[in-house]
Amino acid sequence: MDLSAIDPTLLLASLIVASTPILLAALGELVVERAGVLNLGVEGMMITGAICGFAIAVNTGSPVIGFVAAAFGGAILSLLFALLTQFALANQVASGLALTLFGLGLSALLGQGYQGIKPPPTRSLDIPVLSDIPVLGPILFSHDLMVYLALALVAAVWAMLKYTRAGLILRAVGENHDAAHALGYKVVRVRLLAILFGGACAGLGGAYLSLVRVPQWTEGMTAGSGWIALALVVFASWKAGRVLLGAWLFGGISVLQLNLQPTGIPIPVEYLSMSPYLITILVLVIMSGDKSRAPGSLGRTFHASQ
Amino acid sequence: MTLTRILSAAALTLGLALPALAQDKTKVGFIYVGPIGDGGWTYEHDQGRLAVEEHFGDQVETVFQESVPEGNDAERAIMQMARRGADLIFTTSFGYMDSTINVAREFPDVKFEHATGYKTADNVSVYSARFYEGRAIQGHIAGKMTESNIIGYIASYPIPEVIRGINAAYIHAKKVNPDVEFKVIWAYTWFDPPKEADAATALIDQGADVILQHTDSTAPQAAAEKAGGVITFGQASDMAEYKPTPRVSSIIDNWAPYYIARTQAVIDGTWESTETWDGIAPGMVEIGEITDAVPADVKEEALAMKEAIASGDYHPFTGPLNRQDGSAWLAEGEVADDGTLLGMDFFVEGLTAEIPQ
Repeated sequence: MDLSAIDPTLLLASLIVASTPILLAALGELVVERAGVLNLGVEGMMITGAICGFAIAVNTGSPVIGFVAAAFGGAILSLLFALLTQFALANQVASGLALTLFGLGLSALLGQGYQGIKPPPTRSLDIPVLSDIPVLGPILFSHDLMVYLALALVAAVWAMLKYTRAGLILRAVGENHDAAHALGYKVVRVRLLAILFGGACAGLGGAYLSLVRVPQWTEGMTAGSGWIALALVVFASWKAGRVLLGAWLFGGISVLQLNLQPTGIPIPVEYLSMSPYLITILVLVIMSGDKSRAPGSLGRTFHASQ
Repeated sequence: MTLTRILSAAALTLGLALPALAQDKTKVGFIYVGPIGDGGWTYEHDQGRLAVEEHFGDQVETVFQESVPEGNDAERAIMQMARRGADLIFTTSFGYMDSTINVAREFPDVKFEHATGYKTADNVSVYSARFYEGRAIQGHIAGKMTESNIIGYIASYPIPEVIRGINAAYIHAKKVNPDVEFKVIWAYTWFDPPKEADAATALIDQGADVILQHTDSTAPQAAAEKAGGVITFGQASDMAEYKPTPRVSSIIDNWAPYYIARTQAVIDGTWESTETWDGIAPGMVEIGEITDAVPADVKEEALAMKEAIASGDYHPFTGPLNRQDGSAWLAEGEVADDGTLLGMDFFVEGLTAEIPQ
């Protein structure tokens, strides 16, 4: 066993890179679910964002424009889900699953001809002075803009839900849409906005995969990240802070176990391989021992006449 | 049961007796473990499918299903294909082995071909390529070119196929560079680009300057390119997009001739259950262009080894070789038999990694 081969600074830096895609996607889904909508199409929106962001970044040479396009791509796809579930009153579970299948197919189509192309590099900010601090600098202050944006988004979502009027309305809609409707809030409009936000976040997460983490386009490259983000929202009891913790745990342990394998650590590889799932679920389930529960109207169809 | 059997026998005789009347297209199905755009393993199988379509034209119809998970889902997918009238089904991943056998039992008139497995039946053939021949060449180039003397290997599952590849690469890297060390990561997936990229990055962070992969996507190539100063090899497909570096050579699986021959056999009614294991010589394994990033003398040696393997003068598993625990495996000049290779569940001496049990 030779643990000295692992450089903790590099490890922590790649932990943050590995957790950003699921963090973004899970954060978007958190807002959607807090508004009472269950969108199982995260995987589809992520991969659509991955190809939209990739294609636009390659054609414009600007990863920033790519990320913006990815957010739009994800949001447009989620609009389809919103139309089906909010206006046509279709079943949310079925529509979400369909959205995933549709997104996977659509992205494969859009991605024709983008295989093997190298995207323009997303530069890390390398914040002056701060990034020169030994150890802390490379871990905390040498990432690209998206990492900080994701963290800022966690704080913003948390504060919005907890302290603002908009957050209160969103939660009211999610907890009891009939009561919210009776109070005069536009349930469908709130949900529509939440779904679009969720789509945009998933798109950003997907683009982070194709522009930074891998960086390339491959069909089906999200390989289940969207489902992990979905599970994370539930295990995090619909709380923004815990989503961040869960994403870091999952991303961190995933990277850590890959790093531990070649050191010959005396833990069977099978256990290492399942550890990200086990530990993340275990920690979050223990934490959800308090009275957190799902939003009251989650997954239920709303129509003003009822 | 007896009635259906008599009827199907009658139908079969009729079909054999009146081939001219059998205007039905032969339907050939393919089950893939990844998407056809993975740029590696599944991509090459799909190229084989397209070659079948091109070769037979209207005579044959092909169908495929991609991203079929190994396990119970596979059984359903294969069965569905058989129900929809496929005459010949290629199941193209190791993990489809039991599913293929199970479905084959229920559809005795459908022919099945399982890639990289070892279980056969009256209507199930197995086929694979001797990828280890290509791995030996990669090991030689890797051993010559590494400067850190650390070679990273992204393994998928601990199955004989993968273990054989690691052994073949290690033996030939060690031969030209006694200081070489292999670091192995078991990814437990065939296709998961983010994970494959993370695995490559982990190995590079730990000092590897050569990455060998036994997973299907080009993600490790992208990760190596991003890191810089690292060389890789195309896996299953040429992965030519990453030429001239990081990808300096590749193993290309060429399934087309086999798929065409087997489809022809079904059309002719001469199909029999067989076990095929072809290598460089018949062209099932091809070595992709060795780029100029490789020094000329190393390239020459690699090509010479390829010739020697193709002509049968050299076998990548030639003694003296010991097992990892130090016990003797092959004596001086002795060549490994196919049985041992097909069931290989041990590392050779010198490898420090362990095989998950």
